[in-house]
Parts: sequence; structure tokens; C-alpha cells
Amino acid sequence: MTNYFKLILLGMIVFVALFAANSARDLAYMVNALTIALAAGATFVWVLRQTDEPVVQVDLSGEYMDGVIRAGVIATALWGVVGFLVGTFIAFQLAFPALNFEWAQGMANFGRLRPLHTSAVIFAFGGNALICTSFYVVQRTSAARLWGGNLAWFVFWGYQLVIVLAATGYLLGASQSKEYAEPEWYVDLWLTVVWLAYLAVFVGTIVRRKERHIYVANWFYLSFIITVAMLHVVNNLSIPVSIFGSKSVQVFSGVQDAMVQWWYGHNAVGFFLTAGFLGMMYYFVPKQAERPVYSYKLSIIHFWALIFLYIWAGPHHLHYTALPDWASTLGMVFSIILWMPSWGGMINGLMTLSGAWDKLRTDPVIRMMVISIGFYGMSTFEGPMMSIRAVNSLSHYTDWTIGHVHSGALGWNGMITFGCLYFLVPKLWNRERLYSLSMVNWHFWLATIGIVLYAASMWVTGIMEGLMWREVDANGFLVNSFADTVSAKLPMYIVRGLGGVMFLAGAIIMCINLYLTARKGPAVAADNSLVPAE
Amino acid sequence: MAKKKDKSQEVETTGHQWDGIEEYNNPLPRWWLWMFYACIVWGIWYVIAYPAWPMISGATEGYKGWSTRANIAADIAEAEAANAKINAKLAGTELAMIGEDPELQVYAASAGAAVFKTWCAQCHGSGAAGAKGYPNLLDNDWLWGGDIESIHTTIRHGIRSDKDDDTRYSEMPAFGELLEKEEITAVVNYVMSLSGTPQDASLVAPGAVVYADNCAACHMEDGGGDREQGAPNLKDAIWLFGGDYDTLTQTVTYSRYGVMPPWTTRLTDAEMRAVAAYVHQLGGGE
Repeated sequence: MTNYFKLILLGMIVFVALFAANSARDLAYMVNALTIALAAGATFVWVLRQTDEPVVQVDLSGEYMDGVIRAGVIATALWGVVGFLVGTFIAFQLAFPALNFEWAQGMANFGRLRPLHTSAVIFAFGGNALICTSFYVVQRTSAARLWGGNLAWFVFWGYQLVIVLAATGYLLGASQSKEYAEPEWYVDLWLTVVWLAYLAVFVGTIVRRKERHIYVANWFYLSFIITVAMLHVVNNLSIPVSIFGSKSVQVFSGVQDAMVQWWYGHNAVGFFLTAGFLGMMYYFVPKQAERPVYSYKLSIIHFWALIFLYIWAGPHHLHYTALPDWASTLGMVFSIILWMPSWGGMINGLMTLSGAWDKLRTDPVIRMMVISIGFYGMSTFEGPMMSIRAVNSLSHYTDWTIGHVHSGALGWNGMITFGCLYFLVPKLWNRERLYSLSMVNWHFWLATIGIVLYAASMWVTGIMEGLMWREVDANGFLVNSFADTVSAKLPMYIVRGLGGVMFLAGAIIMCINLYLTARKGPAVAADNSLVPAE
Repeated sequence: MAKKKDKSQEVETTGHQWDGIEEYNNPLPRWWLWMFYACIVWGIWYVIAYPAWPMISGATEGYKGWSTRANIAADIAEAEAANAKINAKLAGTELAMIGEDPELQVYAASAGAAVFKTWCAQCHGSGAAGAKGYPNLLDNDWLWGGDIESIHTTIRHGIRSDKDDDTRYSEMPAFGELLEKEEITAVVNYVMSLSGTPQDASLVAPGAVVYADNCAACHMEDGGGDREQGAPNLKDAIWLFGGDYDTLTQTVTYSRYGVMPPWTTRLTDAEMRAVAAYVHQLGGGE
């Protein structure tokens, strides 16, 4: 019976989307509306084919729901490669502007591809990694099947739709021009729906748990889901110019808009890329190392300190701007106090390996996780340092910031995700082990050297251009023009691009390895029944 | 569940287990805790010392009286005070005499270079070599004159500006509306012949007739141009937009209308004189 309601609803969505496409004021809106019609139409056909089929009742309550996680693993790996590929290409566009092809102007020039790259790696790669690992972890550590039946599938496909709408929108020029919050109003609304469904699935599963205590990984995941919902809604408050157009106008303006944007932007780093990924670390590192977590006390203290302090640190993105000095001071102070709480996660991750350090020699997956924690520690030191106003006056607007972001994103988020994927694929596809450990080794070294090339070249250009911008002669006059600094950066831009090529090559090797694991690895019996509560 | 002892560390676990994961109950690392406290103590001092807490109107100022706006104002005032004497001298010296005073010449060149790199390099290039539509300032070809006075006038009042009544203004008609296509083809060939090879030598002679009737008033009979009117020299093989057949045909048919802002709205007298002196000493100055 519910299928009929679903069919009516989906049919209406198809109709409304086609109507919207027909009335569209701009190309991006039209393509997005057609995409929605297509997605709703495909779902309509899928529901229709199941309607009135005989239903075989199978009791799945004793099993983990792993299908959606398998899909998430595939999406993570594929979006990762797409994101790295676009990133590498735009790195070379900066080095060689001729790659902004004349025939592709307005579609594939740097300005259009850059948000495609950032959204692909953060939200498509990172987001899928967070969603699928959180579904895996919350089930295992709660000894409960995911709550909400097919709601988890709705979250998965709904999130992929967000990604496709956002990506095609960017290429066709639909953008709010807010960094990391570029998708326009209707994509924001849809993401809100998907995100609340995600929250429901996650909380529902925790409520169902058979363990008395909630495992630390789930604290981090939950704080990430709740905070991202809040950040997303507030930063995207806007009024569409037309219901049939992609353009919208922000509710906030001027310095308030900038402050809200960087409150959002910094906590996208803090909760999406830090808290959520710490959730991944807290499960997969002790599992892979087969060691207990180092300190329960530390995990409590650093969790609460981290989430309390992170939310205030945003103003450090706006030092020496129209932002009042008091707000800038508070952003800086909270950023520096945040240093030790951030490092609490690093200590707990690394010390979990005490007694198992020998595994670094034999297990490349552990090595990947350890280096990711290392990069985490490095960038959570570098961040507070760069938030100091005196340092920021040199580093702001330079490539140093880009280098900082990438040592965190490639080193911490990328490497821990790779480690999790290597852990998950044999488990999810019921394989005894990975297809090839030597391919993991190749991936590890390509990625690590790639990150070092990237970060080192950006430190050099960043500090160089910061110094060149402020260089004055004896009479106090500026010595360099902006174009002088641009041409001085060329060699380092090429090195950065090569770093990207290496990182991308490693990820492709990983995809091949994971595919072969799923297809050809020696099989073992499925083991996805709920663990008994202890 | 009974608490287990870890023999290697002699630390107890919390006794919980999630999917096989346990947790030690290790104490907080001492160094970590003391660093955390130190950061907090430093943070408390910092928010007392610097502007930090928002109040109903305004915010606490901090006991150090530090402010980014006051700092930048002080920096600018200091730089202005340091250069006040020589700026006054620069503003008061005959432009042509700047080169006679070594101290003033050096100062004007470095100040002018800074002004140029901030305001002029976007169009004329950071090396002043220009680009298509933007004059090269290194050579000795000048539309409105290459002595320092003329350069200074161009900088002050700009080219074809609607914001300055004394702006440099020249306007070539769009001959597409006045001449036949064949006449334009002919005159383009004639103009090409003045500095090099025409595309079609047989059209040079008829082109010369068209030129004499339509172009010579501004560009002069010999094609040498007229700086009084800002009419380019057509004989020197230096082209603002290009000297090939297609570009010249477009120039003659549609005319060109390059613009430059009048810098009196943005720069001080001393800065405009400095950048004039800088451009003048680049190589083409007269």
C-alpha cells in the first residue's frame, strides 16, 4: 500500500521537475531540474517493478545492514579518483594557463573547476567515507542493525544526487560564491532533508544499541552530524531570486556574511574533516592494530574540549579585514587553546599502537593509518600557529594556506580513508585478505611522497610570496608587483602538480587493488551477524 | 565483566568492550595536560591585553591599547613623515629638473616604480612593455609625447576619460561608415607600405589617394602622425593593436577607443610626478 503513495509522490516530483525545467531561467537550473526528474523517474520505475510482487519475509534483524556500506565504499573510491583528477588538472592550469582552453571557457576554466575539485574531495569523497564508515561503526559498536530500514539507502542515493546537482551546477555557473558552500538554494534544501534522514538513521541505531555505553567513535560521528546540520542551515540562509532560477541572495550581508561564512567554513574543517574523521580513527585504528584504545580519560577530555573550542575559531580566517579586532582576537585565542585538544586525538591514536609497533613493518594498512595521524598532528599544530595574527599577516592569501589545507586533507583525511577502505573491503565482500599488500605499499609511498612534494612546494611559494608582497625599499615603497610573485612561483607550481599526479596514481592503484580483492580474493564465510552485547 | 589487567602497562581497561575494542584507563599525559593549561592561561592573559570581549556598544579594548586600524594609521603616518620632506621637494621641483638632482632622481624612480607596479602594471605590464591595445612604455614611440611634461599630463588627466575635462582625447572615425570596402582595402595596403610590405602592391597607389583625402589631416601627409592630436605615427612599424592586414582593416573600419583613468582621483601630486619620472627614465623618455 505504501508503494502507491511512493509512486504518487515520485510521479508528482517528476511532473514538477519537468515543469520547472521548462520554466527555467538559466541553464544550470534547467539541467538540475532534468537531473531531478530523471532520478525521480528511475526511482519510480524501481518502485513500480516491486509493487504487488510477492514479498518473502526474511528476518534481517540479526544481521548488520552492509549493502549500503558496500555502495558507500564504491562511491568513496570513485569520487576520490574524480576529485583528485580534477585537483591535479587545476594545479596544472595554474602552472600553465593555456590549459584553460578557449573552447571550454565558462565550463572548464579554473574558476569553474576549482569548486568542483573542493566539493568532490571534501563532500563526495570525504562525505561518502564518513557516511559509510559511520554506518559500519555504529552498527558494530552498538550491536544493532541500522535503524529505519531503507532510510539508509535514501541517505546514500540522496547524497549522491546532491553531489551530481552541485557538480553540474558549478560547471554551468550556479554558485553562491561561498567557499565550501557553493551549491545553490534548492540543492541546500535537498541536502538538509538528506542530512536529517542521516541523523535519524544514526541516532535511531544508537538508541537501539545493546551495549550499555556509547563508544567514543560514535560521539565524534554524532557531533559531526549535528553540527554540520546547524552550520549548513545557518550559512545557507538565502532567498531565491526566482523559484525557477538558480540564483539566490544571502540573508546576511557584508562583514556579517563573511563571519557566518567562516564560522561555517572553519567548522566544516572542524566537524566534517576533524571530528567525523576522528570517529573513523577511533574504530579502525584499534581494530587494525588489535590493541585497546590508549586512554578513555583522554578521549573524554579531548572530545569535549575539541567540540567546545572548535566552534569559536572561525574568525581567524578574517584577520586584518573589516572584521572587528575583538572577534579576530577571540578566533585566534580559541584556535591556540584548541591545539592540545586536537593533539589528544593524535596521542590516543598513536599510543594505541604501543605494544604493536612491530606491525608498522609488516602491515602497510597500519602504516597508512599511522602516517595519517602524523599528518593530523602536524596540521593541527600548523593551524593554530597560522591563526596567530603576526604569522597570519605573512601567511594569509598565500599558497601556505593551500599547503596547510592539503597536508591535512591529503595526509590526514585521505590516508585515514584509504586505511579504512583497505580494512572494509575484505570484510564487506567476505574475503580473507586484500588482493595485494605490495600494491598497498606502492599506494602508501606514492601518496606519501606526493603529499610531501605538495606541502613542501606550497610552503616555499607561500612564504616566498608573503615575503615578496611585503618587501619594501629604503624609502618604504613596495618592490614587487603581484605579477612578479606569480611568475616567481612557476617552478613550485609544477612540483605541486607532480605531487598531485603521484597522489592520484596511488589512488588508482588502490581502486584496482580493491576491485581485485572483491572479485578475486579468497572467499571466507559471511560474518555480518550482530555481535552479542558484553 | 571483570576488569582486565594489561601486563605490559599495568593499566586497567574500563571494562567495556565494543566489537572487540577495549579502552585502557591511562591517565592524561602530564605534558599534554600542562601544555593545555599553559595555553588556557596564556589565552586569559591575551584577552585581557588585547581587544576581545564584545559589550553592549563596542568591545573591551585591552590594556595594551592595541588596534589594527590605529596600527596601520601609525605605519602610514610614519612612512609619510619620513618622506614628507622629499615629497615636498618633488612636488615643488620643475619636472624637467628632477633628473638634475641625483637624490630626487633616485627617490622618484623607486617611488614611481612602486606606484607603477600597483596601479599601472595591470595594463602596461609589470615590465612596462605593454600589450595589445596598451602602449609599450619602453620604446621611443609616443602617442601624446615622450618628454616628462607630456607623460605627466597624460598620467594626470588620462585618455578619453569622462571624469576629467582636460583628458587627452582623440577620435578616429569608423571609416566603415564613410568609405567603400575597396577604398578601405586600398588604404590599408598603402598604410602597410609606409613601414613595410603591403599585401597587394597594386593597391598602394589608389590607397595613397584615399589616404590623402581622409587620413592625412591627422596622421600627416607622410604618415608621421601628430602628437598634438594623439594621432599615431604610421611609419615606424610600432603598432598598438597590430600592423597586419586583418587588424588594420578592423582598425580602419571600426576605429579604436583605448582609455586610461585620470590619476588625480587616486594619486598624490608627488606620486604622479614620481611615476612620470619613472616612466620617463625607462628608456624612451625624451
